Amino acid sequence: MNQIGRSIPRLEARAKVTGRAEYVHNMRVPGMLYGKIFRSTVAHGCILSIDTSAARETEGVYAVVTGEDIRSVIPNPYFGPAFHDQPILALEKVHFVGEPVAVVLSHDPHIAEAAVQMIAADYEELPPVFDEVEAMTSDAIVHEVLKPAGTFADLKHLAGRKHTNVTLDYQLRRGDVEAGFAAADHIFEHMFRTGQVLHVPLESHASLAEPGYDSLIIHTSSQTPSFVRMEIARLLGWPENRVSVRVPFLGGGFGAKVYVKVEALAAALALIARRPVKIALTMEEQFYTIGKHATTFRIKSGVTKDGHIIARACDVWWNGGAYADIGPRVAQKSGFTAAGPYDIEHVRIDSTEVYTNRPPAGALRGFGVPQLVWAYESHTDLIARELGIDPIEFRRKNILRDGRPHATGTIMKDAAIGKVLDHLAERMNWNAPFDRGIGKIKRGRGIGIGFKASISPTTSGAIVNVNADGSTVLYTNTIDMGQGSDTGMAQIVAEVLNVAAESVKVVHGNTDVAPYDMGTLGSRSTFHMGNAVRLAAEDARNKLAALATEVGLPTGTNYDVKELFKKRYGMQAGNVIGTGTYIPRYASPDPKTGQSDNVTPFWMVGGTGVEVEVDTETGHVRVTRMINVADAGKPINPKICVTQLSGGAIMQLGFTLYEDMVFDSGQVTNASFADYKIPGFRDVPPMESDLVTATQETGPFGAKGVGESSTFGVSPAIANAIHDAVGIRLTELPIKPETLLRALRAAEGRPIEDEE
Amino acid sequence: MSEARTIRFTLNGRPVSVAVEPHRNLVELLHDQGLFGARESCGQGLCGCCTVLVDDVAVSGCLYLAVGVEGKNITTVEHLDSGGALSPVQQAFIEAGAFQCGFCTPGFVLMTHQLLAHNPDPSEDDIRHYLSGNLCRCAAYPEIIEAVRLAARRQKRGSP
Repeated sequence: MNQIGRSIPRLEARAKVTGRAEYVHNMRVPGMLYGKIFRSTVAHGCILSIDTSAARETEGVYAVVTGEDIRSVIPNPYFGPAFHDQPILALEKVHFVGEPVAVVLSHDPHIAEAAVQMIAADYEELPPVFDEVEAMTSDAIVHEVLKPAGTFADLKHLAGRKHTNVTLDYQLRRGDVEAGFAAADHIFEHMFRTGQVLHVPLESHASLAEPGYDSLIIHTSSQTPSFVRMEIARLLGWPENRVSVRVPFLGGGFGAKVYVKVEALAAALALIARRPVKIALTMEEQFYTIGKHATTFRIKSGVTKDGHIIARACDVWWNGGAYADIGPRVAQKSGFTAAGPYDIEHVRIDSTEVYTNRPPAGALRGFGVPQLVWAYESHTDLIARELGIDPIEFRRKNILRDGRPHATGTIMKDAAIGKVLDHLAERMNWNAPFDRGIGKIKRGRGIGIGFKASISPTTSGAIVNVNADGSTVLYTNTIDMGQGSDTGMAQIVAEVLNVAAESVKVVHGNTDVAPYDMGTLGSRSTFHMGNAVRLAAEDARNKLAALATEVGLPTGTNYDVKELFKKRYGMQAGNVIGTGTYIPRYASPDPKTGQSDNVTPFWMVGGTGVEVEVDTETGHVRVTRMINVADAGKPINPKICVTQLSGGAIMQLGFTLYEDMVFDSGQVTNASFADYKIPGFRDVPPMESDLVTATQETGPFGAKGVGESSTFGVSPAIANAIHDAVGIRLTELPIKPETLLRALRAAEGRPIEDEE
Repeated sequence: MSEARTIRFTLNGRPVSVAVEPHRNLVELLHDQGLFGARESCGQGLCGCCTVLVDDVAVSGCLYLAVGVEGKNITTVEHLDSGGALSPVQQAFIEAGAFQCGFCTPGFVLMTHQLLAHNPDPSEDDIRHYLSGNLCRCAAYPEIIEAVRLAARRQKRGSP
């Protein structure tokens, strides 16, 4: 049976509906201690003292650990994928409200929690900086010295820099943007902003570290087990084989669980206590752990009178928060797509990430692209309106088609931008008359399309084991966090080995047995790991064929695998092991111009169209229809792909209309589900999600990633639809009823007067 | 911390007697019994991940003190397939692909059981209203609606 293109249920479906699926959340081991964290109450300050005496004296407390204590097992306890800037527990300074400062260990989490309340710290407060544009020139410097990790070539020049908050100053130059503006008939310039939001997977971060005699096992809710092993080994000065990282299922990830989050803390505590230690964050603590960049984006376009964009200048500032995490990669990888999926001759992009005294920002579903699409698709819509050109027609005139160079110089290939746009227009019935609403309810519609590059340089490895009874096992460090990777990978193995996908066992997330993988992130697994799995399965198939020849079967005969092993070993014994490693071709962009002839292994394309109702008396916006369209190549499991599309779009709907981290002097004031509202059943609009017919030639069986594609267009589609309905342009996310109502009233000439 | 008290209750059809401290919640009590299907997530009774049936009524286990189950009949998601087969609701969730990460799924499954017990033929609006206390960050909401309808149709056909 053809295993590719089958919408089979997830392999782990029964375990999930019966509540028996394994998460780190569930794990307990004998002798385990719980760690509870004491956190900073100031946004920026020098630590003068930490008084842990009362906590230590509490009955049932095993130990209280501070940053200095961590040095007994890890002398240089700074970690991070881009910069070695984040201490396991604060040392000398604190950089944001909520930063971990000390930990109480106890066999009883309630005792640990109560004892945390007895710790007191004194700080000498320093001036903080919170805004990404102010941080460019502020006297408040978050880190005294920049410490790039050495992993990324384009960060090396920042090593040792002082008196700056800049963590990456990416630039792209194509053509001559000023000459382009001079030649244009119209110039448009706008500024857009997004607030800080966060992932909030329902399973908060959890790590359980078990010390052995000369080894350490870390069970963790991580999207990147290989990186965790490498980074913990580096911190400890151990070879990687003494650290074992194991990951069961994740209760959601969305980028919150990439690289090191609480793993280093759990590891250090376990070595200090010589007992297993579990750190399981609460929902509130997620707000102090990782979020998505707040951004400011100034975009300027030069357009000819017949509606061709000939020049575009983009200045993007990314609010990285107090630690770099993977933020500099966001500023670069997404930064080079800031001019949008358009064919523009002259492009300038400056994409700058800065430290501020907010909780750190990192990777969140789309890796910066949704913030960019928010700006360039709002901008595009404004241009089309101003020129009196239909917004779909305007895009059609300007989109990047296969064979044309992207702003980086890379020739576009297998990016179905035109198809996505056309499909969207068709599903929205764009050319049919549209009901504009009556009375106080006004109706409008809008679209947004975007694209994203995949990650590189990067490597994935996989092992396929065929047992002597013919059953197969796949070993992979791709983590199933809900996106259905176990199922998709099993389908690839099954296709190659001609077995049923349901019969393939997937062993995921175990660095002792599965090969290196860069991480489950950036919609890379289907493509990168999928290719590695395909190679491993083909290797196993070839070895089985060689075995058949060895035992004297004529080439090309159908054989029973079980009989093959019996013939070879004289009984049911032995295995065939296939291995596969995939490294896509990639050319690192020129540091001055951002030019590269191969900047990405593949492109993701997604678009969203919405119809909205605006209540002009309250400023409330209701999305009455949402259509998401994406290019996923040839889908391996179409049903799971479509679920990814609707899920991603609903998440982005939350970031568009409801979600916003609210700060008061650096303190998040809405760090709970009572005040930070994620979309629930009542918020989900009627929606349709579709894949266009496409093929990614370099992908496994024509497939590519899809986990982020539906997040691209949602926010600008909604803002464009609001503009269409009531003529008001909103430039800041999230779109709050209050902002819209104020704008509506101001436009009517009766602004809302604030009470003194 | 306060003294533990011994309580007796029925858990998934079996009598249980345990000592529990008064500040512990029902989710912790269940975890001590090796049942992890009810999960504390938001800790405020707002997400539904910790849903447990107490005398056949769904409660938020994270807000329900363990000592409160004294003499009561507790059902968790682990009990639904105790006969060896999945419940029609569980089966429908699988067929409709009504989950991704699965962390919130036990809560949705239990609430759907309760919904269909009260309202065997719910409209889409009924479903959205009844399940609005359960959150799914993966946002498998469209598929959950499909699953509830599928389960309702089967339940109707199966009933006398």
